[in-house]
Amino acid sequence: MEKHDGPDSGKVRIEDPWYDALASGWGELDGTGAPAPAVPPAHGRREDRGARAADVYLEVQRSAAFQEVRSRYRRFVIPGTAVFLLWYVGYVVTATAAPSFMARPVAGAVNVAMVAGLGQFLTTFLLTWAYARHARLRRDRAALDLRWDTQELTRGAAGGGR
Amino acid sequence: MTGNHQTLALLLFSVFVAITLGITTWVSRHRHGSAEEFYAGGRLFSPMENGFAIAGDYMSAASFLGISGLIALFGYDGLLYSVGFLVAWLVVLFLVAELVRNCGRFTLADVVVSRMGERPVRIAAGTSSVTVSVLYLVAQMVGAGSLVALLLGGTGGAVRTWTVVGVGALMVVYVSFGGMRATTWIQIVKAVLLMGGAVALTVLVLLRFQGDFDQLLRTAAQRSGHGTSFLAPGLRYGGDWTARLDFISLGLALVLGTAGLPHILSRFYTVPTARAARRSVVWAIGLIGGFYLMTIVLGFGAAAIVGPDAVRGSNAAGNTAVPLLALDLGGGAASTGGTVLFAVVAAIAFATILAVVAGITLASSASVAHDLYASLRRRRAKPRSEVAVARTAAVGTGVVAIALGLLARDLNVAFLVGLAFAVAASANLPVLLYSLFWRNFTTRGAVWSVYGGLLPALVLVVLSPVVTGSPDSLFPGADLQYFPLENPGLVSIPLGFLAGWLGTVTSAEPPDEAGHAETEVRALTGAGAV
Repeated sequence: MEKHDGPDSGKVRIEDPWYDALASGWGELDGTGAPAPAVPPAHGRREDRGARAADVYLEVQRSAAFQEVRSRYRRFVIPGTAVFLLWYVGYVVTATAAPSFMARPVAGAVNVAMVAGLGQFLTTFLLTWAYARHARLRRDRAALDLRWDTQELTRGAAGGGR
Repeated sequence: MTGNHQTLALLLFSVFVAITLGITTWVSRHRHGSAEEFYAGGRLFSPMENGFAIAGDYMSAASFLGISGLIALFGYDGLLYSVGFLVAWLVVLFLVAELVRNCGRFTLADVVVSRMGERPVRIAAGTSSVTVSVLYLVAQMVGAGSLVALLLGGTGGAVRTWTVVGVGALMVVYVSFGGMRATTWIQIVKAVLLMGGAVALTVLVLLRFQGDFDQLLRTAAQRSGHGTSFLAPGLRYGGDWTARLDFISLGLALVLGTAGLPHILSRFYTVPTARAARRSVVWAIGLIGGFYLMTIVLGFGAAAIVGPDAVRGSNAAGNTAVPLLALDLGGGAASTGGTVLFAVVAAIAFATILAVVAGITLASSASVAHDLYASLRRRRAKPRSEVAVARTAAVGTGVVAIALGLLARDLNVAFLVGLAFAVAASANLPVLLYSLFWRNFTTRGAVWSVYGGLLPALVLVVLSPVVTGSPDSLFPGADLQYFPLENPGLVSIPLGFLAGWLGTVTSAEPPDEAGHAETEVRALTGAGAV
């Protein structure tokens, strides 16, 4: 199922795990989707280096850049989780409570139950692909920028605090 | 099974054991015993490697032989059971993998304590992790004993005893000498073998039916003696309403429990970044999904080619369906092809057991050393000695698992896997999700949610028909049965979430806003991740 990773999941990534940390977000556009619109930087200012490291996290958390990354993440995973959990619970409950409905033939020996069961496999693969794609295009780059910014700020805070 | 099968199967077992011991020696030669190395294998595995290792860690012999056997005997209900094992990975992918990689270091407790009072939370999360691991481990050990005895044709207790002891000794050697690096490579080798074996058998089955899946289903239904109801739910889980509720409970435990299994969570620490963790899960979902799709073909294939009567005649639970299918596909019991295929399947099943138990032992020793020992000891031991503790804990886990495995040898422990998932879903998942997503979560809430899921799950099982009060119980003589379901998940999972909420709202301590900010920022960006 390497396809989930997009056509560009080539040898480089497999052989070089550091590719991830260094180049995450860049070179990831596989032509199938538009790049995520740029997110404003979390911090341009350097004067708050004296702040305590704990405050840095509060500050980053309140920044527009972080809120944007968080809401992009939540807007995908909350509905996504609700959909697959409902679909799975519905499937299990129907299979146990209404087996006669599930036994209805569809085509040949294939019945509703078989279609629903294989449908669970299919939706799992589709949601996996959709999540990986969403994260790659909409989240990774902004999250990585935030990571470097935050780490720089915490380093500054730790250094300035002493 | 004839002598030829046994000799060849034993030979292949030995080859696999030799290879894995070779890996362990090679790995332990050049490495220093840092915690990073022992628990996380240096964190430099690639997503593909880790994806295979996750699949190798997750797909037990119960999946390979058990689910296909279930399909061979009960048709559709086996498929129904397998779906939960796959869908569960969406919970892992969406809510857990990346965030855990970013926030934690080695164990589940690491994620939670980043914003909580360290000691009580670590002890709680460590306790529940060890509980889950031991339950799962005992199920695997007992399964290993009966499986090897079955495949080698030995019926006596001696074969089973020595298998349990041997598997226990091997897993201790892998883990204490090779740590995460050796365990990971063993799981990768196993996953490749398992997928290879499954693909080969699936292709042979489909060739037998000229690639016509519909024809396969019709033959299976006809041969089963149940007709079309073989292809619909109800033969296994469709009894009275208690049995149906029981299956819903099991399904819920499977789908929510995977994300709380300690040996699965620890796999995300072996890759460098959250992105790599996500891509490993994508690989794992591909492999696991593909594998369960093949089990469907193998199960119905066994029903169509071998026939449920022959399967049931060999083993009442259906565990020999795939080996018997392999024997037939290879050309029958007297042929070389049949002998070889049978031995290969037996060896793969054995490799599967070894890889799974090694992963669980490692996770359990990490929880003992990193969470329990580190919280309960005096503050003088150095980090270096934590690895020594973990190695000792691996030996201890092995001894406990062997002892329980031998004690439970003749008991009906099929419920243990479902129970391990139920405990993971009730005790580990609520605390994990609350600490990652809930702003107001407090230390008391964390402790309550762990114990509030763990204790009801265990108490309900003791009061359930699997322990007393029915002919299939562990102790058929006694009667303590007050709870009708075999799997406690339906009740204990909501209780775990409820207890966490209740503990938080009644807590006098104000929520730690800075702690929450740190967890949230680190979880989503990877800032400060190790």
